[in-house]
Amino acid sequence: MQIEIPKDNWQGSVNTVTLGATPEEGGTRTRTVTIGGQQTLPFLHFEQTPPNRPVIALEITAARPGDWSPVLLDAWGDAIDDPGNWAGACESAGADLIVLSLGLTEADGRSADPESAVRATKSTLGGTGLPLIVLGPGQAELDNDFVIAVADATKGERLVLGLCEDSNYRTIVAAAMANDHLVVGRTPMDVNLAKQLNILITDMGLPLDRIVMDPTTGALGYGIEYGYSVMERLRIAALQGDAMTQLPLLVNPGAEAWKTKEAKVGEGVPDSWGKWEERASNWETVTAVALIEAGADIVVLRHPDSVTRVRNALDELMAVG
Amino acid sequence: MALTGIQIYKLLPQTNCKECGFPTCLAFAMKLGAKQVELSDCPYVTEEATAQLAESAAPPIRLIELVGEGHQIRVGNETVLFRHEKTFYNRPGLLISIQDTLDETAIEQLAKTVDAYGVDYVGVDLRIDGLAIEATSGDAARFAEAVRAVRRVSDLPLVLVGEDPAVLGAGVELLEGEKPLLIGANARNWDSMAELALQNGAALGATAASLEELAELTEQLRSKGVEDIVLHPGAARMGPTLAMQTQIRRLALKNFRPLGYPTIEFVGGSDDGRQQAVLATQAISKYAGLVVLDAFSPELLYPLLVLRENIYTDPQKPIQVQPALYEINNPTPQDPVLVTTNFSITYFSVANEVEGSGIPAWLLVTDAEGMSVLTAWAAGKFDAESIAKAVKQFDVAARVERHDIVLPGHVAVLSGELEEELPDWNVLVGPREAVDLPAFMKTVLSEGSTVH
Ligand code: B12
Ligand code: SF4
Repeated sequence: MQIEIPKDNWQGSVNTVTLGATPEEGGTRTRTVTIGGQQTLPFLHFEQTPPNRPVIALEITAARPGDWSPVLLDAWGDAIDDPGNWAGACESAGADLIVLSLGLTEADGRSADPESAVRATKSTLGGTGLPLIVLGPGQAELDNDFVIAVADATKGERLVLGLCEDSNYRTIVAAAMANDHLVVGRTPMDVNLAKQLNILITDMGLPLDRIVMDPTTGALGYGIEYGYSVMERLRIAALQGDAMTQLPLLVNPGAEAWKTKEAKVGEGVPDSWGKWEERASNWETVTAVALIEAGADIVVLRHPDSVTRVRNALDELMAVG
Repeated sequence: MALTGIQIYKLLPQTNCKECGFPTCLAFAMKLGAKQVELSDCPYVTEEATAQLAESAAPPIRLIELVGEGHQIRVGNETVLFRHEKTFYNRPGLLISIQDTLDETAIEQLAKTVDAYGVDYVGVDLRIDGLAIEATSGDAARFAEAVRAVRRVSDLPLVLVGEDPAVLGAGVELLEGEKPLLIGANARNWDSMAELALQNGAALGATAASLEELAELTEQLRSKGVEDIVLHPGAARMGPTLAMQTQIRRLALKNFRPLGYPTIEFVGGSDDGRQQAVLATQAISKYAGLVVLDAFSPELLYPLLVLRENIYTDPQKPIQVQPALYEINNPTPQDPVLVTTNFSITYFSVANEVEGSGIPAWLLVTDAEGMSVLTAWAAGKFDAESIAKAVKQFDVAARVERHDIVLPGHVAVLSGELEEELPDWNVLVGPREAVDLPAFMKTVLSEGSTVH
């Protein structure tokens, strides 16, 4: 029986974005990461060979995190106390890039400041050759101060700076433009809000091949279905040709999954939840793989085991036969 | 193939009698073509027309029911490619496979464990839907023993897996009154498998490596009279499986009948058992009707069952609980009041922690249109005014003497306004996450009460 396979013939495509710069390109990275370029929904090889595979980022923090699950602290051991060592350990664990989250306090309890943010960034760059995403502590004013200092001190590295939100995108975008960096913008689970922020950012003159977008997600069991569908809708809009949705998608299944009780708590929970470490890893992996199916280009994870599993999934998804 | 409105019209009485509720037969035919009305709404269709129309009225993906000794699984009947287009309807069945080469006690043990497994997620009791018994031994007597062993301890629906009709036959004939699924038919054995399925009232799986072969096989099965078919696309890895599943769903929704059936995926067989999590995640998200895992492990099943709930909830309406003043651990008027929203995940995260703490409390659930705490706050549906309104509506002051009211930590900013709204109450700010509630209740809340 002859079957005509229904193929979509989309007009639009996702922007191709390259993160990081090697010495020849004006940075210090040993490799760069290129994402985007798709003209089809995720992994539909029969319509187009995926031009780039989604990538796995591991998140580290400038100072030992106070609220991370003991499962994560165990997995990383002493490396956690130094962003450079930690970043190196992430590279060995198989990460494609690193996300450095700047916090409000330093290891010794003092308030973090722009200098300490730069120190942590430099230390991370020294500890790994992978491209780097640097995120402020999440308070508009401090984000601006920290991110400007980091951007100035790392000119030419093609870091990704964030998080741009509607309240604070201007300063971060300006700092990125002045120093050959990229930015990531975050909006709360809404196609139109995502488009609006992208319009604001590009209006400042930052080219589209230097922006990625984080549409926000929820963890498995805690709102993932909303994030999943918003990503599918954004990707379909991109393929239909809507330029302000054609940005690669970054999501944080790691941070979301490890906030949940299922990942955090080992005792006093029902037996039917199963073994703690394994359940926690699965919580992160399942969240991440579901979001990859929905169109994620960068997934930010926290546990080394999840990297292995998600990488296996990506290998399988990139395989044709 | 589906008929167009005009084609349907030709089969109707064309009297325009209006009894169907439409002004003309043509108007009714158009609605029928769009699957918005039932054919039975017209009292005058001939039997012959009904038969012709039944084919086109059938859903694009056939609904398949598997029945055990009581329990059942329903899959198929899906109508969209993406959940945001409408919703996915029938949750894929999750099954655990059992090899007939295990000894009988091991089989019983495993079946019993699977049968007993249940986990509570936002008030819903999530369970494994069935068992797949694999005729790995190739021996009819042994296979029959395995089926008997399972049936001694479990009444879940069964899938019998094997290529030899004689071996599967020895198992299926033990399942009288049930509707199992046989996996199944392939290009070589389809004739005798079809007979076996028909004789025993079983659904039949069709296994083939390409869509063409799969479609040919289902047509052959249909020509023998088999209607309840499940597709078993034989792709090996995630990429090819995603392609086949997507193509099957697209073709089915275009009313290509030979592929208009639900699918089954076996996600076991990898050396690394944990890899099943990854394969099953894709299967649940992307179109599988039945998903068979080859190992039982709660730490794997719980996340997968939750994923299935999430992907299959109706995107139009968040799951909600009734706004009310809930009593947890038999509170007295001397116990504190905690406030939250009526999004079901939010309510259950909080209620479960309070219950687990063993400390009595009142839980005031406001009408936040089914939104989480921060979402509702950002949308203006959870503020000092709406909390004060709920206090009044549920007559809290009359039922509780101790006037301590605890806000979720994430909305600490509301405390000033709430104090103004509720001047005789002592407004406290709780922790941000519900996990930290028991500790908070043991320390802060038990330190003293403010009785007015
Ligand atoms: C899923 C989601 C949505 C879904 C809604 C799902 C729903 N039914 O509520 C959708 C997509 C519809 C949505 C919409 C919006 N969202 Co929204 N959304 C989320 C998301 C991803 C998860 C929320 C969730 O379900 N959490 C899980 C539940 C269980 O958490 P919870 O209710 O807070 O409960 C926990 C605690 O609060 C605590 N707790 C609860 N009750 C109590 C009570 C007491 C006494 C105590 C002590 C503790 C406690 O226990 C629970 C477990 O720890 C969050 C971001 C995130 N990752 O968290 C954004 C988020 C909440 N959304 C946000 C926004 C801004 C919006 C919109 C306004 C965006 C827009 N303009 O369209 C809209 C508003 C809705 C509208 N206008 O219709 C923002 C809020 C920002 C802020 N700080 O104000 C967030 C934080 C995202 C962000 N970072 O920007 N959202
Ligand atoms: S009830 Fe039947 S015959 Fe009468 S108008 Fe409707 S479709 Fe035509």
